[in-house]
Amino acid sequence: MDDRDEIRELKKKIFLTAYRAGSAHLASAFSVIDLLYVLYCKGILQYDAKEPWKKSRDRMILSKGHASLALYVILNRIGLINDEKLNGFCQPGSHLGGEPRMSAAPGIEASTGSLGHGMSFAVGIAMACKMNNYDNKIYVILGDGECQEGTIWEAAMAAYKFKLDNLVVIIDDNRLQAMDTVEEIMGITSWREKWGAFGFDVDEINGHDLDEIERTLLKENRRDVPRLIISHTIKGHGVSFMEGVPIWHYRMPDEKELEILQSELGISDEELIL
Amino acid sequence: MRDTYLKKLYDLAKRNTEVVSLVSDNGLIVYDDFRRDFPGRYFNFGISEENMVAAAAGMASCGKIPFAYTISAFIVYRAYEFLRDDICFQNQNVKLIGIGSGLTYSTLGPSHHTTEDIGILRSLPNLTVFSPATRTEVEWMMEKACEIEGPVYIRLSNNSKEYYNAPPSFSLGAPAVVKEGRNITVFVTGSIITEVMDAAAELECAGISIEVVSVHTLKPVDKKEIIRLLDKTKKFATVEEHNVIGGLYSVIAEALADEKVMFPSVKIGLNDVFATDYGTLQNVRYANGIRSDQIALKIREFLDGSI
Repeated sequence: MDDRDEIRELKKKIFLTAYRAGSAHLASAFSVIDLLYVLYCKGILQYDAKEPWKKSRDRMILSKGHASLALYVILNRIGLINDEKLNGFCQPGSHLGGEPRMSAAPGIEASTGSLGHGMSFAVGIAMACKMNNYDNKIYVILGDGECQEGTIWEAAMAAYKFKLDNLVVIIDDNRLQAMDTVEEIMGITSWREKWGAFGFDVDEINGHDLDEIERTLLKENRRDVPRLIISHTIKGHGVSFMEGVPIWHYRMPDEKELEILQSELGISDEELIL
Repeated sequence: MRDTYLKKLYDLAKRNTEVVSLVSDNGLIVYDDFRRDFPGRYFNFGISEENMVAAAAGMASCGKIPFAYTISAFIVYRAYEFLRDDICFQNQNVKLIGIGSGLTYSTLGPSHHTTEDIGILRSLPNLTVFSPATRTEVEWMMEKACEIEGPVYIRLSNNSKEYYNAPPSFSLGAPAVVKEGRNITVFVTGSIITEVMDAAAELECAGISIEVVSVHTLKPVDKKEIIRLLDKTKKFATVEEHNVIGGLYSVIAEALADEKVMFPSVKIGLNDVFATDYGTLQNVRYANGIRSDQIALKIREFLDGSI
């Protein structure tokens, strides 16, 4: 399988897991899965599945916790969440909820869900790793809508002040939030200027171009400077009727839409029943 | 009290290299020794309590033991959701140090008062809630806070008077007898113990003997010990620089209800109001009915059966 096929399989798994549970933030998971795939499956994020709690590991904090399914299927793929656990998503007796819970599985580095927490948490981790002289990287993925939370900017100031050149902040810039476009709701368009003004070294990528993601993630931080990657994405990427449509922030397809989704993600009727 | 905290923190940092100090634009001079001797373990987060609290949780997830220090009103109220989600929900080993608790900032008013903190913090799972009355209690608490592998809140204020002749053998959750007496047990928490001790002296002159008990730990609570203490006088008062809802009175009342016992009691504190007036701490305590003479009068009236 090539990378695109692999990602399509992951998207299938995201949908089927959500389908069994009856709900999930599908579109948010689809917008960030390409990035997570490159981060985890192209040897960028340094982890050891046999020793997942190793202190000097790289960490990824999914601050936009509602995209949890994207994280879960990736952790499933690298062997940190087994199929049975994944299949229990959001069902009675499960540890895997709609928002990630730190204690649920190795690889979930923070309990997120309330927006505007993950970046500060990641700043703390990056500071601790620097104190310990680790040569590791801390990645944190924010939603663009999430950047309306004030703590994002408190954390941005601190990241620059404390010279966190082990920190890579990624905005999943799909330009949508629950109700409408981010621009319509809060008039925000200029991430580059805003984060640049806070002292970050800013890159912009097409968050669905795997080579560009990889190339950019492999770039080193400038000494003493935290990085920001604006990852331009399409919310609901890969499912035509979801792409860029706000209502899909938290919704499951009806019968007609399901047929389209099945054909676009290659899901058979048998797979739906399982 | 704060000096004792800082000395103790310095000792702990010397003994344990994982201890780190986080502040939020305060403690300019008082942290000088710490900054000089542990420069890589002191961080000023500026005026951003939420960020400091969540970052402390992140550090703790890597094995650090952060002592996050700022004015208690801001660490508790401003940063509450971060305290809840990042520290308590994830059971992170962070020590939250609130300074200037209660009505300490008597000239600044309710924005700087903490008179509901015990109520809202006591309901947070995993959190130990300490409220020291004297320096001796602070010393014990700092050691205990380091022993506990989980979140701890210490509610500091400015009392410099000491009432323990020698450090008693404190126990987590078990209130400590500060002064023995026969007629009524007065439970108190935090630095308002000074008013209670003055009230006790005043009542002593009128032939009323008060037992003063410091409830230094508001969570967890040793209910059996509370009942054992009450066995002596069979009636009690609670005195707190806090709303009477959710604070010390609630702690004692819940303990008794849980154990299915009841004693006559009077609660003394802020009666579900924000504190009024400005001035010295004494003035503000007086304006809100919790100065020593007012406490003495309320206890007397209670014993006389008039309330």
